[in-house]
Amino acid sequence: MSQHVLSLLVEDKPGLLTRVAGLFARRGFNIQSLAVGPTEVEGLSRITVVVDLDETPLEQVTKQLNKLINVLKIVELDTAASVQREHLLIKVRSDAASRSQILEAVNLFRARVVDVATDALVIEVTGDSGKVQAFLKVLEPYGIREIAQSGLLAIGRGGKSITERVLRG
Amino acid sequence: MTADSAPAAAPAPSAPSRTPSGAPILTGSGAVLASLEKLGVTDVFGIPGGAIMPFYDELMASTAIRHILVRHEQGGGHAAEGYAAASGRLGVCIATSGPGATNLVTAIADAYMDSVPLLAITGQVFSTLMGTDAFQEVDIVGITMPITKHSFLVKRPEDVPAALKAAALIATTGRPGPVLVDLTKDAQQNSAPFVWPDTVDLPGYRPVTKAHGKQIVAAAEMLAQASRPILYVGGGVIRAGAEPELLKLAEATRAPIVTTLMARGAFPDSHPQHLGMPGMHGTVPAVLGLQESDLIVALGARFDDRVTGKVSEFAPDAKVVHVDIDPAEIGKIRHADVPIVGDVKEVLQDLLPAYATAAKATPPDLDEWWARLDQLTANFPLGFVDDPDDGLLAPQAVIQRIGELSGPEAVYAAGVGQHQMWAAQFIQYERPHAWLNSGGAGTMGYAVPAAMGAKVAEPDRLVWAIDGDGCFQMTNQELATCTINDIPIKVAIINNSSLGMVRQWQTLFYDGRHSFTDLNTGHMSAAEQTRMVPDFVKLAEAYGALGIRVTKPEEVDPAIKLAIETNDRPVVIDFVVSRDAMVWPMVPQGVGNSQVQYAREHAPEWEQE
Repeated sequence: MSQHVLSLLVEDKPGLLTRVAGLFARRGFNIQSLAVGPTEVEGLSRITVVVDLDETPLEQVTKQLNKLINVLKIVELDTAASVQREHLLIKVRSDAASRSQILEAVNLFRARVVDVATDALVIEVTGDSGKVQAFLKVLEPYGIREIAQSGLLAIGRGGKSITERVLRG
Repeated sequence: MTADSAPAAAPAPSAPSRTPSGAPILTGSGAVLASLEKLGVTDVFGIPGGAIMPFYDELMASTAIRHILVRHEQGGGHAAEGYAAASGRLGVCIATSGPGATNLVTAIADAYMDSVPLLAITGQVFSTLMGTDAFQEVDIVGITMPITKHSFLVKRPEDVPAALKAAALIATTGRPGPVLVDLTKDAQQNSAPFVWPDTVDLPGYRPVTKAHGKQIVAAAEMLAQASRPILYVGGGVIRAGAEPELLKLAEATRAPIVTTLMARGAFPDSHPQHLGMPGMHGTVPAVLGLQESDLIVALGARFDDRVTGKVSEFAPDAKVVHVDIDPAEIGKIRHADVPIVGDVKEVLQDLLPAYATAAKATPPDLDEWWARLDQLTANFPLGFVDDPDDGLLAPQAVIQRIGELSGPEAVYAAGVGQHQMWAAQFIQYERPHAWLNSGGAGTMGYAVPAAMGAKVAEPDRLVWAIDGDGCFQMTNQELATCTINDIPIKVAIINNSSLGMVRQWQTLFYDGRHSFTDLNTGHMSAAEQTRMVPDFVKLAEAYGALGIRVTKPEEVDPAIKLAIETNDRPVVIDFVVSRDAMVWPMVPQGVGNSQVQYAREHAPEWEQE
């Protein structure tokens, strides 16, 4: 099995997410990560799904997704031909003694501190999966209290847009 | 079901007013009715209840639409399916919210599996009450999501026309299927200008009908070069109305044909190239024809497990050309060497000239192939024991006589089980839309309501429900609907006093342990002394139908003839048949199709040559 990143351009209709997620569940496919948000076009949303599948079931799931009336387009985004990012908010234990070491790690990873309390920091980090995992490993000894993580976001490199052909047609 | 007491919106205006642009102001309910009329709907099956009452109030005045009041929503759903399957037109069923809607679920699932164009309209509680566990509230859109092609929840009257137009389009085009439109009570009660949209705005829905030329040429060349080709015909051919093209292709190629359970009638049974039905209970030539072929041309068929048997052993030497309008079917079960996405009618229209060109270059020689198939046909014809040991009727003989006396213009709707298989095997189908059954879902109880729907769609045809004693007890309440609405269907109960197919499997695979398959519906063998509950003849009479019991061979023909002649009420014939009769041939589940058994423990000795 291998990991695949699918980008779905969908109409922003009620129940759409249930239709997409339900299709994965009922055909026996696991969603590893999911990110949903609006696009530059009103009424259209973009869903980025990460799945771990062989080629044949991947083809099947793509075809089944394409059959959903509100799904306009599906693109598989190759790692090399796309930019892929995860976004995390991490609450890490910190006191006067550990704070400067943590801040050093934050700088090294080009992360940002977004909240400071006497006993904790909230850190925001963006990156590919490898960077994010490495950063978490560095923070672990200080005590990670809480993590909120987005699904993977991905966009193709170059000038082409996923919405282009759909809107022309 | 009681009317709910939720706050009512403003009462409907008595006469429609108009907007300055001339659009009439209608209630949402009026808009539903006007939309159905615009769609050309003439018959609907349903039952009212609280959340759909505003629509029923409008429906009462309609002269364009005949509403048939069914006795159970499942009956309404299957009736709409039978209507659609017999006529090719959209079937429409209507139910209220909550249990009314959930009672439609089986019929919707059935339509989904068999690609039946079905529009299910359900009432929903007021939009303001949704999500509060209101009286008779269920999330029917959510419940049916996996078994509908699409669904709409309509909360505003102005959204009604577009939703219904889109629903009908989705249900009837591409690969047909069920579409659900859930209408909140306020959407039905409130008013809005009625504007019938010119076009349907569905940017994500564009079924491909015209296939790629290169693929057509590739398929034609393979067909011309194959030495053991076979056309594997599925229900898609009937949905597409591609029977004339199929006949042309068959005669141009001389290739043998098999028609699946869903495709019986897509190709005339009387045609010498027809090998019969493939699959678990297929004919030996059809099963082995597929198995030994070097090219399968699948037309609107989906390599169902009941056809392929163990997939890894299915047709090991065959290349596959797979034609389907649903891209997701291609390569789902069996790799397609030449995948063709398109409407099978259009594809065949293109394939015919392409084949003529290809065959000129390499004229095919199928003589050896036909010699083999003719030998199988001669050695393994369909047959049955016509004098069972228990002295009761042979069920196959009864079904065969119904077919012979009724002819190919009649419609035959079957339930699910042994009688269904025998009806598929022993009735001659010469035209599409004559054979209706629940193929994919295997829904017991399909026959009576589906026959009722078929008779409404095709009132001039003789319509039989070939049913089992188990199936009949699931939906026979629709006999009341038939009697009251003057829908004179004929029901043949193939009564073996048991859940016959399950019993057959118990006999063959569970050591003869007949666990809970005796239905006690009047098996009158002296040895067994079973009870007769219910008495189907009395039940028929209670419903205002003509009830006839047949226990002896000499009574079979007169009973069938009387049924055919009786058209002032429905007819129910209780054929008391042997419970030991089994469906043969059979490929046991989980083994390759080469293991087909012609009769019990009797495999065709096909590998001997």
